[in-house]
Amino acid sequence: MSDELLFFTEVSLAGLGSGALLSITALAFVLIYKATRVINLAVSEILMLGGYLFFAAAAGFGLPAWIAIPLAIIGGGIVGAIVERGVIRPMLGESAISVFMVTVGLGSVLVGLAELTWGTDPRTLPEFMSNTPIFLGDVYLSPKIAIAMAVAAVVVPLFLLLFRFWRGGVALRATATDQAAAYSCGINVPGVFSLAWIIGCATAAGAGILLGAIGGISPAMGVFGLSALVVVIVGGLDSVAGALIGGLVIGLVEALAGTYLGGEFKMVTTFGILIVALMIRPYGLFGTTEIERL
Amino acid sequence: MNEAPREAGRLEVQGLSLSFGGLKALRDVSFAVEAGSITALIGPNGAGKTSMFNCISGFYRPQQGRILFDGENVTARHAPARAKLGFARTFQNIALFRGMTVLDNIKLGRHAHMKSNALQALAYWGAARREEIALREEIEKRIIDFLEINHIRHMPVGSLPYGLQKRVELARALAMKPRILLLDEPVAGMNREETEDMARFILDVKEEWGTTILMVEHDMGMVMDISDHVVVLNFGQVIAQGLPSEVQADPRVVEAYLGSGDPAALMKRINETQEAA
Amino acid sequence: MRIATAKQSYSSDEALLRTNTQWAWMGILALALLAAPFLLDGYWLYLACLVTINVASATGLNILTGFTGLVSLGQAAFMAVGAYTVAVLQRDVGTPFLFNLLAAGALTAIVGVLVGLPSLRVKGLYLAIATIAASFILHFVFVNWQSLTNGPSGISLEPATFFGAPLTSNFHLYWVFVPITALMVLGAANLFRTRIGRAFIAIRDRDISAEVLGIPLLRYKLLSFAISSFYAGIAGGMWAYFFRVVTPESFPFITSIFFLAAIIVGGMGTILGGIVGAVFMTLVPELLRFLVEWASPFVPNAGTLLSPVRTVVFGALIVGFLVFEPQGMAEIIQRIRRFFHLWPFRK
Ligand SMILES: Nc1ncnc2c1ncn2[C@@H]1O[C@H](COP(=O)(O)OP(=O)(O)OP(=O)(O)O)[C@@H](O)[C@H]1O
Ligand SMILES: [Mg+2]
Repeated sequence: MSDELLFFTEVSLAGLGSGALLSITALAFVLIYKATRVINLAVSEILMLGGYLFFAAAAGFGLPAWIAIPLAIIGGGIVGAIVERGVIRPMLGESAISVFMVTVGLGSVLVGLAELTWGTDPRTLPEFMSNTPIFLGDVYLSPKIAIAMAVAAVVVPLFLLLFRFWRGGVALRATATDQAAAYSCGINVPGVFSLAWIIGCATAAGAGILLGAIGGISPAMGVFGLSALVVVIVGGLDSVAGALIGGLVIGLVEALAGTYLGGEFKMVTTFGILIVALMIRPYGLFGTTEIERL
Repeated sequence: MNEAPREAGRLEVQGLSLSFGGLKALRDVSFAVEAGSITALIGPNGAGKTSMFNCISGFYRPQQGRILFDGENVTARHAPARAKLGFARTFQNIALFRGMTVLDNIKLGRHAHMKSNALQALAYWGAARREEIALREEIEKRIIDFLEINHIRHMPVGSLPYGLQKRVELARALAMKPRILLLDEPVAGMNREETEDMARFILDVKEEWGTTILMVEHDMGMVMDISDHVVVLNFGQVIAQGLPSEVQADPRVVEAYLGSGDPAALMKRINETQEAA
Repeated sequence: MRIATAKQSYSSDEALLRTNTQWAWMGILALALLAAPFLLDGYWLYLACLVTINVASATGLNILTGFTGLVSLGQAAFMAVGAYTVAVLQRDVGTPFLFNLLAAGALTAIVGVLVGLPSLRVKGLYLAIATIAASFILHFVFVNWQSLTNGPSGISLEPATFFGAPLTSNFHLYWVFVPITALMVLGAANLFRTRIGRAFIAIRDRDISAEVLGIPLLRYKLLSFAISSFYAGIAGGMWAYFFRVVTPESFPFITSIFFLAAIIVGGMGTILGGIVGAVFMTLVPELLRFLVEWASPFVPNAGTLLSPVRTVVFGALIVGFLVFEPQGMAEIIQRIRRFFHLWPFRK
């Protein structure tokens, strides 16, 4: 393999790795959107919170990773439950934009609280992954990225299976299709809402730990969520497959653009893709088109 | 601006077909609405009446067929252009703008016929000012008095009872300087008294303004009373048309509504469901 | 309730201020604005200017988002376009103050129309996200178009001169900014007495039926983008003359959220809402500063707490108003007004 090709492959792999993280975060958006028709921008901040909760548990209380990780994930879920019950449910029936803005406001509150608790300086998470470099042939792969990929490879199919077979997942899908009908079939719609928020936020928190392990944590790390938002818009807000494919594509493109064009091109490329995708397919590559009638 | 109503137009639909994916909502529909007449478009639920209206007003693009207005082919025109041409309509599910008062809703109907630009509007100067005041005056004199909605003109439309909302929709359509008025179920959900009021208004519009009227309605009593011509749709096809009395007696129409039975039973049953609603 | 008579003058009923009480209130406000610069100290005068700029921008965003229903998270980027226009014109061309402001408005209006183009196909939240994308792309342009924008270090401005008089202090700027903003607010109020404003509201309330009623959707959506970004551009231009340095970081993404929050808190779709929202949201952080200063003897490192506390309060205000008072402060004001019957309410 020539050096250039080798380098290209390594960059691509790294891109797919962060793409895997994007996919996981995108799943949080998709899950919540599917069930409740809310674009929850606070997913970004829950992700940040996940990183900090892990940090607090692992570095603050010195807990081992295998306890700290579930704790952080559960913490994310609890925040999700509180938020859903406290401010999202009272907004039921309000316009999508109002609810979206509520989540924007929530995000701001969470950032502020994190800054109050942990300060504004970036921090590194205690090491909890192996550091042995992985070589695929000649190609170097950072172990953290490999782990992110492995996690995505487990989590995404798990979601697909849950949607299809598990009772809660089926209820979720029914609710997503038609809330009123789901209600009359005896599905506990408020319960499904809570469940979606809990799982969605827990997922985001988990993604936050992975992201923090790779790049460190800071109150501003939520901007990663913006890229994930691009992913779901490109892939389709209600499509799990869209989240997976969109995540990998955006991750790859960002890595390539960042390496070959320069770091400043990362965001523009992502958002350029977003605008083009929106113009071509307003409801995402895999999303459901909404029909309007008079 | 206080001009006489515009001349009534003649509408002709030729071989119109519309489908949504596999569903054929309209199949080769042809009929004509004579200038100055009241034509009723009837048919069971889902027959395609509203879809027909949407095609006429330019909201849906039919896959086949033509729509002629006074002989001119308007099939390719966009909805706003048709509105300017004189296609005015009301909606089955009331489509008033909830954030505006009754008066503003009615004024909105005139939009396509006004000319002021953004700069004049920001300054409320010149043409914008003149136009707005003239419009207000005309609406007050010709529409608000006519439809007896003086008492509600400054109210937000959302707070009005259903019957009045339907009347405001009619007012807005009248403000559009209609040459043909498309009314989608103007009395649905109204009680007897409100229905009679509305029927009177529709007749008055025809008499005083001379406007052509095409209306979709399930209230057979009203359809038979006020229309000059009736077109019956079933599963997207025209199954009968003619004078109200002819259509009423047509076995195919009865069939479509009831499966079978006699016209008297049809009338009775339909009136009962209306009453219950 | 009033009954129409043939003699009634419709032009007076169409006026912006219809009663003596309304005129009286407006007079009081005008007097207060005239007296303010003589009564306020430097810091408050600084705030007064800032509030004025923000009112202009929030009113512009309100036209687009509150009245037309097109949610934009690009307001900060639009202001940046205006600010850069003014800075570049002053640096390279030396055109006069008012011309620069108008040019800023005009150029930003064009950019606004470009950003609004996706509204051809995209609606609601998708459009909001397209505006986020547009603002990041604009930010990229500001950083990388070095020859024009001077990159990350930005452009510094000389004080403006207004018909020969240099606008060096906030006292001077106040006398220019307040009339400009007042005219802009008046323009917005006028807009919604005419067909164009009605078309905007119709698009917000139910755009698909608006089309059938004779409103060409795309043209009016773009017009709304144009007018709104014209306002943002002028506000950004004033901002440039006020702070006298423009960098890509002058208008961060959070500023867009700030303006959206301002109209939510103030009241979307009312002129009053844009004004009170901007005033309130600009002053709250200052209020917090006083609180923190007051608390500093009791709380260790109170100074470092200021910024996070602001972030929390900022978010909490958005959430609180949306959940408890979605119509915003304008609605609260109306309620108080009705309660006191101070201002005969038109019905
Ligand atoms: N936008 C659309 N997409 C898909 N199907 C549609 C659409 N609009 C109408 N249809 C279908 O076309 C058929 C005709 O509907 P339409 O609303 O025209 O009926 P209608 O005669 O007005 O009925 P009703 O008396 O209940 O108002 C129905 O089967 C309806 O479901
Ligand atoms: Mg119908």
